[in-house]
Amino acid sequence: MTPAASQFKKNATALTADLRHRALIRTALKKYEVVRDDKVSRFQNWQSARQSAAEIKWDAVNHLDTHLVEFARNLEARGTQVHWASNAAQAREIIIGIIQERKAHSIIKSKVMTGEEIHLNDALEKAGFEVVESDLGEYIVQLRHEAPYHFVFPAMHLTRGEISDLFSKELGTAPTDSPEELTMIARRVLRDKYITADIGISGANFGIAETGMISITENEGNARLTCALPKVHIALMGIEKILPKLEDLALFLPMLATAGAGQVMTGYNTMYGGPRQPGEADGPEAFHVVLLDNNRTQLLADAEQRDALHCIRCGGCLNVCPIYKNIGGHAYGATYQGPIGAVITPHLRGLQQWKHLSFASSLCGACTQTCPVKIDLHHHLLQSRRNAIAQKPVWWEKPLFQALAFLFNHAGLFSLGMKLGRIGQVFHPLIKNTGIDPVRAWTRSRELPKVAPQTFREWWQTRK
Amino acid sequence: MVANPKMNERENILGRIREALSLPAPIPGAHHGEPSHPVSECDAAAHIPEWLPRVGVTFEEQIALFRTNATELKADFLLLDSQEELVAKLREIAAAEGWKKVATHSHELTDDACAALGLPMVRTDNGYEARDMESCDVGISACDALIAQTGSVLVTSQSAGGRALSVLPPHHVVLARREQLIADLPSAFALLKTKYASGYPSLISFITGPSRTGDIERILVLGAHGPKKLTILCV
Repeated sequence: MTPAASQFKKNATALTADLRHRALIRTALKKYEVVRDDKVSRFQNWQSARQSAAEIKWDAVNHLDTHLVEFARNLEARGTQVHWASNAAQAREIIIGIIQERKAHSIIKSKVMTGEEIHLNDALEKAGFEVVESDLGEYIVQLRHEAPYHFVFPAMHLTRGEISDLFSKELGTAPTDSPEELTMIARRVLRDKYITADIGISGANFGIAETGMISITENEGNARLTCALPKVHIALMGIEKILPKLEDLALFLPMLATAGAGQVMTGYNTMYGGPRQPGEADGPEAFHVVLLDNNRTQLLADAEQRDALHCIRCGGCLNVCPIYKNIGGHAYGATYQGPIGAVITPHLRGLQQWKHLSFASSLCGACTQTCPVKIDLHHHLLQSRRNAIAQKPVWWEKPLFQALAFLFNHAGLFSLGMKLGRIGQVFHPLIKNTGIDPVRAWTRSRELPKVAPQTFREWWQTRK
Repeated sequence: MVANPKMNERENILGRIREALSLPAPIPGAHHGEPSHPVSECDAAAHIPEWLPRVGVTFEEQIALFRTNATELKADFLLLDSQEELVAKLREIAAAEGWKKVATHSHELTDDACAALGLPMVRTDNGYEARDMESCDVGISACDALIAQTGSVLVTSQSAGGRALSVLPPHHVVLARREQLIADLPSAFALLKTKYASGYPSLISFITGPSRTGDIERILVLGAHGPKKLTILCV
């Protein structure tokens, strides 16, 4: 087993037994389902909206080269610098280069999942910069030196008590059990950071090819402030985030809000098309967009699973996934959790190291059904299982099936086997789930199917 | 290693994309045998208004929908009959909240109304100090449109006094005219395309309710980083 797989197994085993943890996730996600269903019902036709969204993203991803060229050209025409990074190291180098050139020190960040993917905070801190996350959930997990628990709700696993203790310890504030007071503590601390930060780093939910803009979806206004006050704005964006036309947002903004958080629209949906333009009151002097590949082109090359690049990172599939609901976000050990993470992580970080995620699924299809851009998620998990085994077969499978074929081809042996099985199952309870149980891997958490008291052939013979 | 890898990354990435796309992908939404209509050269966009939440056609229906949405979002919406009434309402709010300093920008709607408050003002038109604006009690701005479908206010860095005015002060007051009420999101993008045909502002933002977060136990708290209050005054 690879280190990632054994870590996953260890985490999942411990967490499924943690009832308090499971109750916490369920409460949080139950509320989500209620509000999401309410907002879905406001659409005149949610299913057709999904189909349109899937078609628009299909066009974007299947003509990605032309859209990206157009996107970069339009951005550059209005004074934005566009950078291209093939991998994480290049992206970090580009970003650190921009900051060093500015002789800057302090950085304010709004939520950037691609930043988590390339471990940007670590790299920035090692380079000697001060980095502060401004999204409330991200700020909380940053203070805890933790990875986000969910890529939309980063601090979903914490209670207000735990957050209050954290703030008392790290910020020296008085304990409180009011979420509002806790939010106001973070507001006060972070306000000053926006004003004093030299650099603002953001992500991008969409990149509009037609007009050369990035679009950021948020609720708190932290990204608005991050992109308004510092002198330099750097946006890190995966190459697959492209949408062809500006008006495509009329569909994607409400769908992302509905599927992601059960809102018709989130608080702020903002398009940035450049640095401060002549005649404008404020805004950064420089705007940099860093386009990140980091193995996305490998996923693109898999035509069968290419639609996984349609993902708009709403997190809807996590919220309905029975596995996520039981093991939570940290167990995965990956930047992107849940079904979408299980599909894309093997492509981004290696199939053999991450194939275990495709096996950690009941294949119920709730993810596929909920996905606003109709990614065929649970079939992709099956395909990854197939691909992983084809690439590296399990040595004992072939001889096992050969032996079974031999057994099934010899009637006498087969009926002897059935008889032995019937006798064996009488005594099996004596050794069940002990060290000498030959089928312990199965019986540890399941019942062995019973051998029928009479086989079909035996019955057929008595009938005559 | 290539001589100058940075210069070549663009071509490397585009090259990998083109190579990957030489294999065609299955049509979207086709879940293994489940019938699906073919990709219609992406006229998908043409039907967007038919899928989104329904909006009435008359002004009364649309204003009622905007009001319902704004109320649900915990924004204050007031439809007023005249500029005088607007000025009076603004003074009333100023007195009730004890405003001491106001941030605003030059616009036919904001100029008279803000002058009537008789308070110290930070105007963003010719630049401003961030700390100065942060100490204001309110940001008063104009907008591009009010969107009935979602209860959103559409602002840009040109129409609403820059990027920070609508998010930095703790209370954002939007002044709008009845003619600025539009039906839905597709009409908002159509409006942007016509209005800014000669060049888009560097920021376009749909503001939907005051700043909010649910990051602590999924409990709604207003005023996470941006304004705690959003007031929309429409004449």
